[in-house]
Parts: sequence; structure tokens; C-alpha cells
Amino acid sequence: MTPSDTFRFATRAALGYPLRTALMVLAMAIGVAAVVMLTALGDGARRYVVGEFASLGANLVIVLPGRNETGGVNAGSFVTSTPRDLTVNDAAALLRTPLVRRVAPLAVGNSEIAFGGKLRELMVLGTTADFLELRNYRMAQGQFLPREDFGRAGAVAVLGHKIRAELFGAEAAVGRMIRVGDARLRVIGVLDTAGQGLGMNSDELVIVPVATAQNMFNTNTLFRIMVEARSREALAPAQHQLEEILRARRDGELDVTLITQDAVLGTFDRILGALTFGVAGIAAISLAVAGILVMNVMLVAVTQRTGEIGLLKALGASGRDIRAAFLTEAALLSLAGALIGYGLGHLGAWAIRLAYPVLPAWPPDWAVIAALGTALGTGVSFGVLPARRAAGLDPVQALAKR
Amino acid sequence: MAQIELQGIERIFTLGDSAVHALRPLDLRIDAGEYVAIMGPSGSGKSTLLNLLGLLDRPDAGRYHLEGRDVTTLSGDEQAAVRRTRIGFVFQSFHLVPRLTAAENIALPLMLAGMPAAERKQRTNRALRDFGLDRRADHRPEELSGGQRQRVAIARATIMQPAVLLADEPTGNLDRQTGQEVTALLEALNAAGTTLIVVTHDPGMGSRARRQLLMEDGALQRDWVPPPATPPAGRPAP
Repeated sequence: MTPSDTFRFATRAALGYPLRTALMVLAMAIGVAAVVMLTALGDGARRYVVGEFASLGANLVIVLPGRNETGGVNAGSFVTSTPRDLTVNDAAALLRTPLVRRVAPLAVGNSEIAFGGKLRELMVLGTTADFLELRNYRMAQGQFLPREDFGRAGAVAVLGHKIRAELFGAEAAVGRMIRVGDARLRVIGVLDTAGQGLGMNSDELVIVPVATAQNMFNTNTLFRIMVEARSREALAPAQHQLEEILRARRDGELDVTLITQDAVLGTFDRILGALTFGVAGIAAISLAVAGILVMNVMLVAVTQRTGEIGLLKALGASGRDIRAAFLTEAALLSLAGALIGYGLGHLGAWAIRLAYPVLPAWPPDWAVIAALGTALGTGVSFGVLPARRAAGLDPVQALAKR
Repeated sequence: MAQIELQGIERIFTLGDSAVHALRPLDLRIDAGEYVAIMGPSGSGKSTLLNLLGLLDRPDAGRYHLEGRDVTTLSGDEQAAVRRTRIGFVFQSFHLVPRLTAAENIALPLMLAGMPAAERKQRTNRALRDFGLDRRADHRPEELSGGQRQRVAIARATIMQPAVLLADEPTGNLDRQTGQEVTALLEALNAAGTTLIVVTHDPGMGSRARRQLLMEDGALQRDWVPPPATPPAGRPAP
């Protein structure tokens, strides 16, 4: 039997039992669609998070108080114990490095903001003038914090976009006095809307000079220091110099943690990549189930067509011919299912993108290839047993069955 | 040298603990071009004998020479090749593939032999014409009458121009009139030189054969060649 005849014979056989074929193709399609869609979701989440971090600016070093014992960056790096405070003076000292362009100390706390009888809880961020450009924020109105000594507790505040809208509505905000905690501050600017980043929503923030925030929360320590290197190449040497400076300032002991943007990105990339893999694995189970279904259906087909197999043998079909015919049929059904599933999966991913526009839910190439490959692989490998059974049938008994 | 030569062929089925001798040691010679009817009650072993002759079944003992070649020792695929090229089968229940058209059913052996599609089509068309089926070429078996179905089956059995045509109750599922037509068709093929071996219950059909084998209890009871004085054509009309 020539390959093209085998192919045509198998196609006719598959089309000869439309309901059975449709059900099996559907099962395979659901499996493939699940893999394509879920990996699209997982990878979309990964790309979303990575994109968020990338918007921080590329040449960033973040200094955290406290030190983890083990090296490298992992999810635990963000939770550190603080044996020694990280102070504003540390931040000022870091500016001495020629490789550093900007330094922004961060002090963070929760407080209340009040204006004209309106009151709400919000996050207060104490920082300095460099923070604006370091985070690539833009001003909507007025100006950002003035460039001045880190220790100076100016009574000024910059409002997030949403805070301004909630407190002032249509009124002008710049120049008005507000109360934050116990302090009376003058509004000097409003941030343009920028969205989420590093766990802070800049739209729901009030930014004050770092010394003002430290007075407000009655503390000396900083939440972290953000440092921007002059260039991407300067990042590694800058990190090294920062470590030296900090070590010198704390009696030779480096009890702070330095995290670079790259390391953070890499970590999240890894975590969410693993998540995507896991999700793909779960979806692959449905593919395996579909594979078993293929086997089942093909076994039924062998039983159903026993008489036909006996006839083919009587007409001189070799075992190989019959094996090839049934394997081709299984492969065809799997292929059809895989292709339909691929289409359905992309449709689903499209629906996700429509529902959550921020999520770039595109299935990664490796997942698509793996899904199609696995579908074909399971279809064919689970088709081997039925095909062998068909080839091994005794022609006399097969013919007797009708 | 005989075309078919069986020596001490034996076939034993085990049913539970007991062994059933479907065929007791049996010797048989059939020459090329013979017309043989195998008759006998059911369970007498005539179908088993036909299956062995058609290489669908393997004997438990004995030798089977087909055209001088010992075919009992061949592998399964080698036997398949012999069936494909030298043996044609006609069954009581036609055994047509329901999803294929008449033409496709007839072309099946050619397809299994790997013949190119163009040549296949030519041969199939000739066969359809020869068997008066040219207007039924694209019909599926369910759209054909019993006689047409058996004609498709015979066309399929002879398309490879086999040396031996084996028919198992070829008229068993047909009415008397179509049965006679099918018998005449088979006899015409025999007249053209193909060895014809028919298993039948029907004494009317059996008596038309030039050589009659009577099986009983797995053994050959009688091997009889009727005198040529009673030609088949001389039968009185019913």
C-alpha cells in the first residue's frame, strides 16, 4: 500500500464515522486549547509584571536595610530584618560616587490626609527631588519637591492624581494647605497619572520631603534607597562602590541588601515562567486524557471494523498495511484536534486580552509547539496499541464477525 | 504437478479441555482449472478446509504446496502476498466495505498491491464493464441489490487475476434467480482458466461442479467426478 493510499484510506475511515470522529477531535481540541490559553494567561502575567518593573527605569539599584544570609535574589530578599537603620546620611553618602546619577531615599508610612472636611487614609512617601526622574513620573500641575538638603523638613506636599481629584474635585489644588497626620503642608504640585509600580500606586500617594515624613512617623530609618547608575554598564561597578561606601559607614559590616533591577526582573521572570510551566503541565493532563480517549476510540474502531480488517487480510493486506492505516487514522484525528484546539486557544487568548487589556495574553511559542507536538505524540503513541491489535487479528475469526 | 497439493493436513481446535478435530489427516490434489464443490453438513470441516486453502488459517500438521511452493512455512506477510496475487475470495455475506463505493471496493486489492492510481482506475473500469456494473460504480454497497453486491465481490476477487478462486456459499444470501446468475458468472471465470473451489450446502449448485468432495466429521468422505453424460445445462427448469 502506498503512503498516499494509506492516507486516503485512513481519511475515509475517519470520515465514515462522523460522530465518533467529531467527539474525539473535540476532546483533543479542548486539551490543546487549554494548554494554549492557560500558557497565554501565565505568560501574559509574566510579561505584565516584567513590564511593570521595566518601567522603573533600567539602571536602578535598590538598597534595603538588613541582610539575608544566603546570596542571590529570591522572593525572600524583599523581607529583611533590620539590625541597623538605613539613614538619610547613608543616602547622602551614596551621592559621592561618580558612577551614581541620582539617589532617592524613601521613607514610607500610612497616615490621614485632610482638606476641607474631607478625610482619607493614604500612603505617605518621604523622598527627595531626584525621585521624580528616577521613576519617570511626570507632573500634571505645579512642581515636584525642591532640590535641597536631605535633612530639611519642608512643609510641602505633592499629591497623587487620584488624591487630588478626591480632595479638590474641580478646585485648584496647587497652593492650598492640607493636613497630613499632624503636619500642615502646602500643595506645590500634582503628579500625572502613572499607575502601579513596586507595590505603590502613585495615583493614591502623597509625596513629602523625606525629613518631613521621618518627623511625621517619628523615625530615623529609611524604607529603602533607590540609586540610579549613570549607565547600564556602570551598574555593576556602581553596585560594588555602593557596597564599599555602606560597609565603611557601618563599621565594616555590610548589613544592607542591594538589589539591581536586573536581578529583580530575572527573579520575577523565573517565578512567573515557572508558574506558566506549571499551568501548562496541568493543562497537559487534559491532553493525556485526550490521548487515552484516542486509544479507547481506536480500540472501539478496531472492534467495530473487525470484519473489515479480516477482509483486508484476506485480500492480501500485510500486518504493516493495517497497522499503518490505523496509526494514520489516529494521527489524523489528533492532528485535526490539535489544529482546531490551536484555533480555539488563540480565540480564548484573544477573549482574555479583550477582557483584561493590560494583560498581554499571547501564548508563548514553546507552549504552542509543545501542545501540538504532545497532541500528535499522544495520539500516535496511544494509537499504537489499537493498531497492533488490529494487525494481529486472526483473519478467520475476524471474517466470521460481522 | 498439481496446482494444489495437500499432504496429511490436520486442524485441531481446542474447546475448553477437549480437542476437536476439525480436519483429520487429509490428502488432496487439485489441478489448475478444475471446478470443485466441497459439500457436507455444517461442522463437517468444509469451511476449515477452504480457510486452509486460502491461507487464512494454518494447519496443525501436514504440508500444503501451492503451485509447487510449500506455503505452510511462509511468514504471515509472505502468506498475505500469496493471497494478494494468487487467491481470490468470495464470501456468503459479500464482505464489502460499507463506506467505499463499488469501484473503490473492487480496487481494494490493487490498492493493497500498491498499484499506481491511474492504472488502478483503468483496471477497475474494465472490471466494472465486464461485470455489468459500470452504472453502479459510485454506489455504496447499501445502495446495491444482493446480486449486484456479489458481483462487486466477484469483480474484487478476480481483479488481480488470481490462479484460484475460493467461494464460501456464494449464493447463500441470494434468491434463486440471482443465485443462478452468480453461479453462471463463477463458472464463466472457471471456463476462462481459473481454478474454482466452492463450498456449498446447495446440492443443486454442488451437482454442477465437475468434481465433488463430500466432507463428513473432518474427513473426506467421497471424491467423485460425475460422468460428463449429465451436463449442467441439461437440468430441467423448476
